[in-house]
Parts: sequence; structure tokens; C-alpha cells
Amino acid sequence: MSNLNVEQIRKDFPILQRKIGGKQLVYLDNAATSQKPRSVIDALTGYYEGYNANIHRGIHTLAEEATDAYESVRDTVREFIDAEHSHEIIFTRNSTEAINLVAYSWGNANILPGDEIVLTAMEHHSNLIPWQRLATERNAKLVFIPITECGQLDMEEARKLISSKTKIVAVTLMSNVLGTINPVKELAKLAHEKGAVILVDGAQGVPHVKTSVRDLDVDFLVFSMHKMLGPTGVGILYGKTELLEAMPPFQSGGHMITSVWRDKATWTELPWKFEAGTSNIADVIASGKAIEYLTALGMDNVREHEIEITKYALKKLNELGDITIFGPKDATLRGGVISFNVDAIHAHDIGQICADAAIAVRAGHHCCQPLMRDLNVMGTARASFYIYNTKDEVDLLFEALKEADKVLGHVACR
Amino acid sequence: MSLADDLYRETILDHYHNPRNHGTIEHPTAQVEGVNPLCGDELTLYLTVKDGKVEDVKLTAKGCSINTASGSMMSELLLGKSVEEANEIVELFKKMMLDKKEEVELPEDLEDLEALRGVKKYPVRIKCALLPWNTMLEGLGNALKSPSID
Repeated sequence: MSNLNVEQIRKDFPILQRKIGGKQLVYLDNAATSQKPRSVIDALTGYYEGYNANIHRGIHTLAEEATDAYESVRDTVREFIDAEHSHEIIFTRNSTEAINLVAYSWGNANILPGDEIVLTAMEHHSNLIPWQRLATERNAKLVFIPITECGQLDMEEARKLISSKTKIVAVTLMSNVLGTINPVKELAKLAHEKGAVILVDGAQGVPHVKTSVRDLDVDFLVFSMHKMLGPTGVGILYGKTELLEAMPPFQSGGHMITSVWRDKATWTELPWKFEAGTSNIADVIASGKAIEYLTALGMDNVREHEIEITKYALKKLNELGDITIFGPKDATLRGGVISFNVDAIHAHDIGQICADAAIAVRAGHHCCQPLMRDLNVMGTARASFYIYNTKDEVDLLFEALKEADKVLGHVACR
Repeated sequence: MSLADDLYRETILDHYHNPRNHGTIEHPTAQVEGVNPLCGDELTLYLTVKDGKVEDVKLTAKGCSINTASGSMMSELLLGKSVEEANEIVELFKKMMLDKKEEVELPEDLEDLEALRGVKKYPVRIKCALLPWNTMLEGLGNALKSPSID
């Protein structure tokens, strides 16, 4: 048994009481967004009801309280990912915006014609398209580390592909389709040996796996708070000080300046140089509560719980003869994300039948169209777990899939 | 709650498991690709129009049950109809699926399509049901424009 008291945890999440068509909600779409505990929801109303004010430069009590609450989250995040300085933590809108920030700001200053940008075959569109655009604009080349049959990165190929031409390696910590946890530390070493930098997309990984930017020695890490108990609208960009300092601003306007004249301006210091305009104050403050919640549970316990439930789900779902499960077979090599197809049933039909049983799963291409082509599927259904999921819920999923197979399986002619 | 009562009723499942007019036409008057960018569903419609009539329809589809069944029913109903009648049926079906205020009545010869009315309860799936029909509209338009092969 894991060290998480799941029954107690479930009580902290009001939405888990929800019934759909008389049935208890089974929420297995955590890779898309997680649910939020009461403390996070209360932090939002607490700010709006108690000390709503714009941050910085306000010489009044509310502004001071709001500024303190907002800025203290920066340090909470720093500690959570073991960064050295809190000015290395930039608040963005989401992971996608954080990657765009780096692709635009760092990319335009550093990528020259003929340079290579190394990605992997399992990237989410958000860690692909910003680099595609950069490569097109700068006449650079995209290079992709392939995946092996068991859904892991082909590290032998990676060692060949990361070369002196490589300027940046951008890789996901955990695949949102395959669940694969990638050897980011090793990739960082390979990149640094060739003088390149590494950006890690932690949108899937950071919520589930204890992550230390200093231990991994990554240059940039991005993740989204809404996938780790926080509200929507807050992404995090971590960057090493020397890189962030050398980068020009991304967006410009209020708050990111020191002095402004009619024809010119100078930029303020980190981290505010990258936070133009009024920030998402309430959601950042509530994000701090999300991190506190996870920290209190202990990320090692979170991981242990997910390995246990993933192991159980892999075994249970395989009892359906007609199922294809993608990604590594070993639960310790992957996160709690299981993509699968049942017989030749379209993923949306699986999703619908699950929905009728009040089970929330995702279906489709999961913003990974190139990977879907590699896997030779139109899409997949995907169940993804978090701290509040139970083995009983996996059993309910199993029953719904059996029903789907009964109603729609064995397609005669496609 | 029974699935078969609602979205996956017998008529839909029958057309899904045994889609009618599945296949290709070697020299069609019109060939149109339909794509649903949200879910990635694809279908190819082949159409032979001769003397203003739909002489042959074939479909190949990679899609969900609703999409497959809807295309299959459509092909059955439009085969042999004049282009004008076919256009009218397509428009009537689209109105039935999209009109939120009015319950559109279907004539007796189109009653198979009643099975798809239940899809209206699942707004995200309406586009699945409509894909073959929108592709057909384009195909009928193209067939009229293409040089006559008779």
C-alpha cells in the first residue's frame, strides 16, 4: 500500500462528490487537467474577497498584501523544483507560453541558419510548433530522436543526433501519450557536452515526479499549474540566471521596464523583465496552495501511489483480450498515463461509452499528431491517474471498456 | 441507462458494423476528401453523376461509429436520386441535426435517419454525423461543374 491516504485526500476535492446520471464521477483525465483541492479554491476567493489589488508600486495595504502573496509563490516554486534563485522562476500563462517565450526570445538571439534543434518523436504540439516556426524563420533544421518499440527514446540515436550543430535539445520529461519518463539528466549531459542547452517540457512530468532542476542540470524547465492541483492560467518557466539575463524580453509594456522615454526604454531585472502587464495574481497565489498540498503529501509518495495504480491498471486492462496499450510495459518506467485502443473501436466511441458510465477519459490525437502517425493509429483513448484515484475506479473503467467491446467491437468492414 | 436506446441504437450499430456502399469508384465524376480537424476523422467520397442523377456512391472512412453509420445511411438514401433531390435531402438532414428551435419532420422514405436524431443530445458528436453530408454537398457541387462524361 502506498503512503497516501487516498480516502482522506478525496475529501479535499469537492468535485469528486459530483454525480453524473446518478453515478459517481470517475475522473481519469488528469493528464489534461487535474482537479483542485478546497485550499486552492479558497485561496482564489480569499484573494478576491480579502485583498484584491494590483501588485507592485501600490502604496496601500491591499497592494502590499497581494504583492507579498504573489511574490512568495515564486519562492514556493523555486523550492519545489530545487532552483537556486527565485528570480529564475517566471510566471507565464501556461507551458505553451513558456516554450514560446524561450523559442522567441532565446531562439531569435541564438539560432542561426544551419543550426540544429533536437526534439523527440513524442513531443506534444506545444513543444514542436514553436520550434518549427523558429526553424523556418531562421533556416535551421529540426532533428527528431526516434522512439523504440517499447515507447522509449532511442538513446543510441540520441547520442548520434546531438552534435556540434545542435543549439538546443527540447524534450518532454514525460510523454502525455505513452507515459514514458525520459532520461532527461543524460540528455542534458549530452547537450552540454556539445555546447547546446536543454529545455525540458515538464507539463506532464513535474506534477507526478519529484523534479530538481539542479540535479537534472537542465537550462530551461516549463510546466503548468493546472495539471498539478492549481488553477488554469499559470505556467512556470524556470531558466538559469545567465541565460535569462542574456535574453531580450518576450512581451513588452508595463511592469517590465526601468526607465521609459518617448523613443526608447530600458528593461528591468529578472524575473519581471519577462512578466509584462498585470499578472494573473489570483491564480498564481492559488498555485502556491497547490504546491503546498503536493509538498505536504510528499512527491515520492505521489509517485509511489501512481506506480501502484498504473501497475494495477496495466494488468487489469490487459485482461481485455482486444486491447492495445501503448508505451512501456513496466510501471516504474512510466507515469500514470495509459493510452489504449480496444479492438478497432474509434477512440471517441470508447470515450462516449465511458462518459455514459460517468468515467472521464480523453480520446483523440492528444495534440500529438506526428506520434499518432508513427503509431499508425487515428487516435487513442487515454486514462490518466492522480493522487485521488483508486483501484476501484480502474475496475469501473475496465467494466466500461468491456461494454464498449461488446457493443462496438469486431468491426466487419472499415 | 442503456446505450442502445440512445446513441448506439440498433440501426446505427447495423450500419456501423456493415457499412453500405463501402469502397471506391475507379473513375468517379467527383472525389472529395472530408476531414474533421478536431478528431482527425477522414473520409473519401466517390460519386458518379450521370444525366443529372446520382448513379453511384462509394465511401471509405476512418472514423467513429456515428460518422460511419451516418455515411452509410446517406449513401443508401441518395443512390438513384437526382442531384436536386439529393441536395434537398442533405439540407433537410442538416437542418434536423442543427436546428435547435424546431423539430424537423422527416418524410417516410427518410425514416432511417431518425436513428441519428439522438446524436443531437451529444453536441460534440453532431459534427461526426454531419461530416459525410457536408462532403456530399461539396461532391454534388463538383460533379455538376465537372465536364460531362456521358
